[in-house]
Amino acid sequence: MTTGLSSAPRTLRVALMGNPNTGKTTLFNRLTGSRQKIGNYPGVTVEKKFGSWEYGGRTVVLVDLPGTYSLAAASPDERVALDFLTGNLAGEQPPDAVICVVDASNIVRNLFLASQVADLGLPLVIALNMADAADKAGIIIDTALLSRRLGVPVVRTVATKGDGIEALEKAVNHVVDDRSLMACVPWPESVDRAMARLAEGVDEAGVQRLSPGELRRVLFDPRSAVLERAGWPADADPALLLAPARGILAADGIQPASAEALLRYEHLGHLTADAIRFPEKRRRTWTERVDAVLTHRVWGMAVFILMMFLVFQSIYSWAGPFMEAIETGVAWVQELVAPWLEPWPALQSLAVDGVVGGVGGVVIFLPQILILFFFIALLEDTGYMARGAFLMDRIFGWCGLNGKSFVPMLSSYACAIPGILATRTIEDPRARLTTILVAPLMSCSARLPVYTLLIGAFIEPAYGAAAAGLTLFAMHFVGLAVAVPVAWGMNKFILRTHPQPFLLEIPPYRRPRLRDILWRMWERAREFLVRAGTVIVAITVIIWALVYFPRPDSVGARVESELAASGAGVEDISRRIDAAYIEQSYLARAGRAVQPLFEPAGFDWKITVGVLASFPAREVIIATLGTIYGVGTDADEESDDLRSALARDVWTGGRRAGEPVFTVPVALAIMVFFALCLQCGATVAVMAKESNWGWAVFAFCYMTFLAWAGAVLTYQLGTRWLAL
Amino acid sequence: MSPGICPLAAMRVGECGRVQPVQADHPAVPRLLAMGLLPGTEVRMVQIAPLGDPVEIEFRGMRLSLRKADAAAVMVDLAENG
Repeated sequence: MTTGLSSAPRTLRVALMGNPNTGKTTLFNRLTGSRQKIGNYPGVTVEKKFGSWEYGGRTVVLVDLPGTYSLAAASPDERVALDFLTGNLAGEQPPDAVICVVDASNIVRNLFLASQVADLGLPLVIALNMADAADKAGIIIDTALLSRRLGVPVVRTVATKGDGIEALEKAVNHVVDDRSLMACVPWPESVDRAMARLAEGVDEAGVQRLSPGELRRVLFDPRSAVLERAGWPADADPALLLAPARGILAADGIQPASAEALLRYEHLGHLTADAIRFPEKRRRTWTERVDAVLTHRVWGMAVFILMMFLVFQSIYSWAGPFMEAIETGVAWVQELVAPWLEPWPALQSLAVDGVVGGVGGVVIFLPQILILFFFIALLEDTGYMARGAFLMDRIFGWCGLNGKSFVPMLSSYACAIPGILATRTIEDPRARLTTILVAPLMSCSARLPVYTLLIGAFIEPAYGAAAAGLTLFAMHFVGLAVAVPVAWGMNKFILRTHPQPFLLEIPPYRRPRLRDILWRMWERAREFLVRAGTVIVAITVIIWALVYFPRPDSVGARVESELAASGAGVEDISRRIDAAYIEQSYLARAGRAVQPLFEPAGFDWKITVGVLASFPAREVIIATLGTIYGVGTDADEESDDLRSALARDVWTGGRRAGEPVFTVPVALAIMVFFALCLQCGATVAVMAKESNWGWAVFAFCYMTFLAWAGAVLTYQLGTRWLAL
Repeated sequence: MSPGICPLAAMRVGECGRVQPVQADHPAVPRLLAMGLLPGTEVRMVQIAPLGDPVEIEFRGMRLSLRKADAAAVMVDLAENG
């Protein structure tokens, strides 16, 4: 044994697998502690998580594979799992061993996946997790006997309490040395013949060869992605290859479609029969009693709406004080830095407005992200999330979303960033992508200042407080009303992947652990800071440069001499200088250039510049308009100065010379534009990280177009037909 | 075919039945098989969602929510449990 150890590799690679709802993530955290890294597998949006531990003089690197019920490779998660295990993932070697997490209350169904792994010839350890719940349910498991029957170590674990972790580490070390393989299914001889026939066909086609494990997957799963990977010439039809092989099975009286499941379950039933004893009489569980209320057609819906209201309130209001504190902190740092860089105005502006402002623009999202993920972790760990999806699926299912889209969509009403991060809870990749693409249409809290300013300045004076309230309410529905047909259209015409059936396990209710919840909050926050934060800071700096440059001294000098002659105050002069610089900045030049495009929406060049300047962050419009109208950058949406400056502004040329720029239709058109436009660099960055840059750019383009069309439509309807 | 055979999606709340041999051309079937909903498995309709879809079934000690469109791929025999 000792000689075996010395010749064995010092670093082991181990995969962690298991069905969903088996406590796999908690077990991963217990095994690896804080030594974790998160990334994505190349080309797919499946999350790659790995960590490590030391045992018996070895470093063990544990890779957390997505939770799946099977290795059929019909979904991206399953495909990544299978490709990882067979060493077909770019840059990855097959693992030295696999830990399969099994729910101790439902051993046979969970072992189905383990037996598929065993067929690939990989050493295996079974972690019998949530063993305490099985005890409580009266299920008696003879672990030693089970281990003998299966031929691999079976370790009782309770991940939430940290029980069995060391035994699991020891067992991993042991199976690598011993190469313990789980008892394989005694396949009928016709299965071997069918696989041989398939292998011949693959050889004849001259494509990449498949391992026996992969051949078996192809034989049993007509939807398996394994065949696609082999690299077929464009005119070849892999299905033709399958027909004769599957014909061999049929001739032997084996139905290919259900053969694998039937044979595996039969085999596992035999192996486990005398090792597991279930209680004689089924008791009505606590879960069933709770569910009688929580999925009730009246009470269940009421509780769900109440819970979601609580979640929404928490991110919408509770995060407020923390966000204000961050804003104050950022302003404090800016004031601290500014005097140091006084001699170099460009550098000062870059540091203060570009870098510190950009970092502040990232950190500002943390309170909402942390609070939302506290609730999401709570909803998921208790098992309530599955009930919510069950209640809501009908509402979302028909347009290509699913019941799990609800939490991300609702969260996006506070802020699309935590909302998009929350789509991680959606397993179906297509529903997840659709949710990501429509989430930014929900009216987030950053749009509120724009609505408040324009409604306060134009709707309320003209039509009264009731109309103002109604307009504000309606603005929150514009995005949702557009999102539903957009989601439907995207599924119908753009996303061509196979839809995944919506099969959702309803797990028993479980007591959440604060430690795991806090860990999840920290994990998401850290990931946001590292992955999206860097992009957000970069975008902020670029936009800063477009507003700041060019900066010829002559502009400032001209304004100063003009105003000094008229006896204006120092503060007034400095505001006018800012306005003069922004008027000739690269961004303003762009604004003037594209203004004709916004002419049919009633926007003048100032509004257009404001709109362009708001693409990195929509709330910037207020400060930008404040600068352009010379009322200072500290103008806010309640500012009377800004409101009256807007109301006073008139067209200086063209056919509308002398008419006011801001009318009710213009105000409405601006609001519709802001409601539908993706004016948030941070959201674009997060979308890119959660899907890819292609989809992020697509979302940006379709929303910009919708916003433009919506604004034009609003203005034209308002001026021509409603005569507002 | 015995008269008690009906689609899983058509079962009433509380009814039990035994799964019949399945046709594999429905995308949900391979997944349901992997989860252990095999020909011969006993299945119980637990409840139907307030808005009429999806449904929740129980088999092998596990509860699963699925849409009626997917549940329609599986036939059950209600007669066997009397």
